[in-house]
Amino acid sequence: MNFSLPPAFQADRRAILGAGLAMVLVSPAHSQIQGMGMAPGKQMAEAIAEFAKGQRVQTGRVKLEIAELVDNGNVVPVSVSVDSPMTAADHVLQIALFNDRNPQRDVAIFGLGPRAGRAQVATRMRLSTSQQVSAVARMNDGSLWIATVDVIVALAACIEVES
Amino acid sequence: MARVLIQMPSRARRGEVIEVRATIAHPMETGFRPGADGRPVARNILQRFNCRYNGELVFSVELHPAISANPYLSFYTVATDSGTLELEWLGENGFRQLERRALQVT
Repeated sequence: MNFSLPPAFQADRRAILGAGLAMVLVSPAHSQIQGMGMAPGKQMAEAIAEFAKGQRVQTGRVKLEIAELVDNGNVVPVSVSVDSPMTAADHVLQIALFNDRNPQRDVAIFGLGPRAGRAQVATRMRLSTSQQVSAVARMNDGSLWIATVDVIVALAACIEVES
Repeated sequence: MARVLIQMPSRARRGEVIEVRATIAHPMETGFRPGADGRPVARNILQRFNCRYNGELVFSVELHPAISANPYLSFYTVATDSGTLELEWLGENGFRQLERRALQVT
């Protein structure tokens, strides 16, 4: 037995399936952009450009440690270390943390110097959704180094209601 | 006064790099979170952390709302001389807390 449908109906069914798929693909991205008010990637790119003050930002020397799959966006441990001898002649001045899709792009700016001894800092941050996180280090010679990590967030921050 | 937890060695050899870990009880209210009445809760965050070693600034942080509640900070410093480390948190609504810890360098 062969249950072939009339060609017109087959085309309709495809159209309906296609429309459904399009909705599934479009809606999450759409709602995220609405929620954050900025196109993905733009917020962080602007923040980094502002921090760099027109200087070239190079990849390397910075190690950004953050879980790639986060259960709870309210408390995300993050650690940054920079490959630097931390001497008076060669040391890290600042380490800045930026995010791409939180309501605000800044996370923290750490001020270091030769007295720090080791260019390593750690804290805990909030993530409102799956996004990129970047750490930018400014050396005393003016050079800038960056590391970026993609993070998937299961439970977002900023949504819980005060009880 | 907010509750503070500071973990660092009380003595170190001269030139040794020591780790300081500090947590302070603070809500770090972002200003984006809805309260019980549906309106956002007013922002109240810590904005600055300073660590002075015998008066000299060795580490500082500029904090933003994306830092979790009860901010935890970990950093390093070189044990140069015996003395005190002063850890200072500054925040909105006139928040200021200063903690002193002695460090003996041998």
